[in-house]
Amino acid sequence: MLIIDCPYCGKRDEAEFHYGGEAHIVRPENPSELSDEAWAEYLFMRSNTKGRFLERWVHSEGCRRWFNMARNTANNEVEAVYLMGETPPKEVSK
Amino acid sequence: MTRQANRLGTDLVAGARIDRSKSIWFTFNGRRYEGHEGDTLASALVANDVQLVARSFKYHRPRGFFGAGAEDPCVMVQVGVGAETLPNLRATQVELYDGLVADSVNAWPSVNHDVGIVNDLMSRLLPAGFYYKTFMWPASWWTTYEHVIRNAAGMGVAPKQPDPDTYDHMHIHCDVLIVGGGPSGLAAALAAGRTGARVIIVDEQSEMGGSILASRLLVDDKPGAEWLASALAELGAMEEVRVMPRTTAFGHYDHNHMGLLERRTDHLGPGHDIARQRMWKVRAGQVIHAGGAIERSLVFAGNDRPGVMLASAAATYVNRWAARPGQKTVIFTNNDSAYGVAADLADAGISVQAIVDLRVEPGAAALEEASARNIEVLTASCVVETRGKRAVEGVTVMKLNDAGDGVVVGERRFDCGLVAVSGGWSPAVHLHCHAGGKVDYDEIQGCFVPGKTLEAARSVGAANGQLDLADCLTAGWQAGTNAAADTGFRKPGKVPKGPTATAVEVSPPRHVWIIPAKPGEENKVKRFVDLQNDVTDADVRLAAREGYRSVEHLKRYTTLGMGTDQGKTSNIPGLGILAAELEKSLPDVGTTTFRPPYTAITMGAIAGRYTGQMLEPVRRSPMHHWHENHGAAFEDVGQWKRPWYYPQDGEDMHAAVARECLAARNAIGILDATTLGKIDIQGPDASEFLNRIYTNAWSKLAVGRCRYGLMLSEDGMVMDDGVTSCISDNRYLMTTTSGNAASVMGWLEEWLQTEWPDLKVWCNSISEYWATLTISGPFARDLLAELCSDIDVSNDGLPFMSWREGTVAGAPARVFRISFTGEVSFEINVPASHGLGLWQALMTAGEKYGITPYGTEAMHVLRAEKGYIIVGQETDGTMTPYDLDMDWIVSKKKPDFIGKRSLGRADFLRDDRKQLVGLFTEDPLEVLPEGAQIVDDPNAPIPMPMIGHVTSSYLSANLGRSIALAVVKGGINRKGETVHLPLENGRTVRAEITGMVFYDPQGERLNG
Repeated sequence: MLIIDCPYCGKRDEAEFHYGGEAHIVRPENPSELSDEAWAEYLFMRSNTKGRFLERWVHSEGCRRWFNMARNTANNEVEAVYLMGETPPKEVSK
Repeated sequence: MTRQANRLGTDLVAGARIDRSKSIWFTFNGRRYEGHEGDTLASALVANDVQLVARSFKYHRPRGFFGAGAEDPCVMVQVGVGAETLPNLRATQVELYDGLVADSVNAWPSVNHDVGIVNDLMSRLLPAGFYYKTFMWPASWWTTYEHVIRNAAGMGVAPKQPDPDTYDHMHIHCDVLIVGGGPSGLAAALAAGRTGARVIIVDEQSEMGGSILASRLLVDDKPGAEWLASALAELGAMEEVRVMPRTTAFGHYDHNHMGLLERRTDHLGPGHDIARQRMWKVRAGQVIHAGGAIERSLVFAGNDRPGVMLASAAATYVNRWAARPGQKTVIFTNNDSAYGVAADLADAGISVQAIVDLRVEPGAAALEEASARNIEVLTASCVVETRGKRAVEGVTVMKLNDAGDGVVVGERRFDCGLVAVSGGWSPAVHLHCHAGGKVDYDEIQGCFVPGKTLEAARSVGAANGQLDLADCLTAGWQAGTNAAADTGFRKPGKVPKGPTATAVEVSPPRHVWIIPAKPGEENKVKRFVDLQNDVTDADVRLAAREGYRSVEHLKRYTTLGMGTDQGKTSNIPGLGILAAELEKSLPDVGTTTFRPPYTAITMGAIAGRYTGQMLEPVRRSPMHHWHENHGAAFEDVGQWKRPWYYPQDGEDMHAAVARECLAARNAIGILDATTLGKIDIQGPDASEFLNRIYTNAWSKLAVGRCRYGLMLSEDGMVMDDGVTSCISDNRYLMTTTSGNAASVMGWLEEWLQTEWPDLKVWCNSISEYWATLTISGPFARDLLAELCSDIDVSNDGLPFMSWREGTVAGAPARVFRISFTGEVSFEINVPASHGLGLWQALMTAGEKYGITPYGTEAMHVLRAEKGYIIVGQETDGTMTPYDLDMDWIVSKKKPDFIGKRSLGRADFLRDDRKQLVGLFTEDPLEVLPEGAQIVDDPNAPIPMPMIGHVTSSYLSANLGRSIALAVVKGGINRKGETVHLPLENGRTVRAEITGMVFYDPQGERLNG
């Protein structure tokens, strides 16, 4: 079980959190203008990264706030946490 | 029979860890035996000369004691009777208590006469992958095969009664967690403990000490037991140190989360009123793996006869329990460690016939020990066969050639009842690997040792490939010091010295993975790699030739290393044989993945206190006790208990529901709707937010008005529905389905926080703050008017889909004129504390109108009569609003809402999608089972093309016939057509596709 450093509450057990999938997938501004392929790309396609992965988590059994996390999927190291809407901190931006 | 015929006297074994003055009586396979306090079931059986204990899994061959602890692959027993019985325990790990009852498993009718042995006679026909090859065809027979196979491969029997014991979950943090209470672990604990760090040291055995308990080693020039006692006394006096025997570290998880299982009363027997076991969840700053090493066997002809035993196990039975595993023995080894065993056995009066060593040059110190006792050493030799009926009676030894793949002519025969085997040592890397640790191959020792770890953890001692006691003590001390320092604990001043022992020079082992058989007998003999699953070297080689070259595939195909022991003694020999067959090096073949748990843990410990009423929180409405007092039957809806129906005067469910449904349409029905999810949504952008969340338009909803809304997920599928009301400017009250209240709340928050943080909207879950009472029916308005003077409840004053604030029976209330029955209906919301009072007031005042409480079943029938959907019943995550024939609720004008773009995908416009329709059965009293499949042609060959299924089905008292909702391919354009429903019992029912609104299609009753 991971220890996750909630940016609002501090370090907590993973059991208090829910996973929210890949981060920085922005909902298209005008979905109606997208082709079926482009919409499907937004809707379904996600990267399956080995190594550093930017992902969303929500502290569902704590402050209930969403945030971003950089986690190494190969060793589960939590490399950084940062707020929703922020860009990844320099040390984890590729 | 002599009591404890094989118990060695104090003249032969002085320091055994048993209390000879305390006798314990126990029963094994129906016979009573005597043992001593401190015995395991295994040691007591050895002392009583019981050799045949189990049968192997596949061939049902006789099995005896092979190990002395967690590594034993064979000796599974069922312990205890009745509700407290535990199946598949290792006899080597079961502590003896007075009155213990144990039986062999996987043997019928008894372990001495097992009919399954017929498999052994047929073993030529049961090669590796036999089940896969034979039972694959025809596929439809698999269920038949499976039944027979499962019975034949019987393990123990699970208890049929509820478990009477309690189990606890414990949570704890510590600085240093040490797994293993042997010399390395104890040295580490002393070093770390003296710094003041919070230390936990665990050991799976009944007492700390590890190899010290099983040997005659000296520590700090004292007998091991003496040093052990002083070390434990020192640790016991340390306030921050917790010493936990009978505790298995079963898993090492991410970020040093460790799982421990503490057995508190298993060694005492039944009838104790403390928790039987505790599951500890530890978060450790640093972990030290000091779990020791496991001895391996050698793969030689006849190596599975009872009487063949790991050398370390033989020494353990003698030294720790003064139990003699045989009177005459031959030691068969590839390394020096078994010479110490030979010395221990000889000193305990066991006649050591010979030490058979694969090597040309054993270590000098080892040879000295043998010659001091006049034990013959046969170098470059091997055991080529064992003899005996049920158990070993003798062995034949031949010289091994230089390559190790054949023998040299000339044999020696020995009589012996015990063959003590050592094939070298494998560090217990299991826990290290659980958390993603890698292993490196040690070419010299022929084993995997811990490599890189992802965790704040280190392995020491035998668990790290260090087999010498002196090395273990030094490494343990160092690891304890360093681990404590890494968590911030350092003892000021000079670092004191740790415990020491005299180092012993050893010669390296010789690895011969398959020991040759007698010339000409290579194809006749059986050499076992895995004693539990009956995997022989021939099975491994056959699998490799058949293409199972990956070690993971080999494992599944041959079952090597599967089962309850997970190959603790068999993995490395199996890998060695596979590597040789593939002409690869052993590390290139790799090892299978180690997964928790290290040894089996009980379901009770996993469940802890979360059983029965404690399994999940129960939510009850404020009116719950009224429902109970009025005989309601309850239904679980999520965590809620909802009244299902209220049977009266011996009514069955059918009669009660019919009465309730009639009352709601002819008098007044009253429903406890408190469980509806309620979300208070506020903020200047609230209406824009609703526009994006729902499919229909919300901008123009006036204060005091309500609107039904449908929520889609982004893939266009219906997710939830409910009525949302405008409370004031910039404030809305959203209702959700009872089961989805929390997930809809989470959904709203996700969009607000992650995608639209610019929207000024705040959501608050208020489901529990309000009690919701729904009255429905032609007299509902009259009743409400009686109890409410400050709201005009007339059709004009409170029109359909509007709400007003006021007072009902003295309680502050929000009254919503909405309907899930199609009748005049009011949902009265009052603060939860007023719920019961209002319910009683309504019941009293409504008596003259025939007010009748109705439950969820009647609610379902009433809404189905009107064709109102229930999300999760008519929908299953593949239904769009169009599929539900609800085009009307999808805004054409709004530029966007969640799911809108998906509705335009080509697949959603197919006209053969499953669409929601009504069904009338030909026989009006036929009630279709929900889930029944619908076909066009009941005579079509199987597999019959299925075109849909029934989603809701009831007998409608108001209509005097059955009604059903169903999804049918292209159903919306097939109204009037006949379809067929083949039922489970072989009957086929005919039904007509209809519209969904069965009752009051014009909706005239809504306004009364």
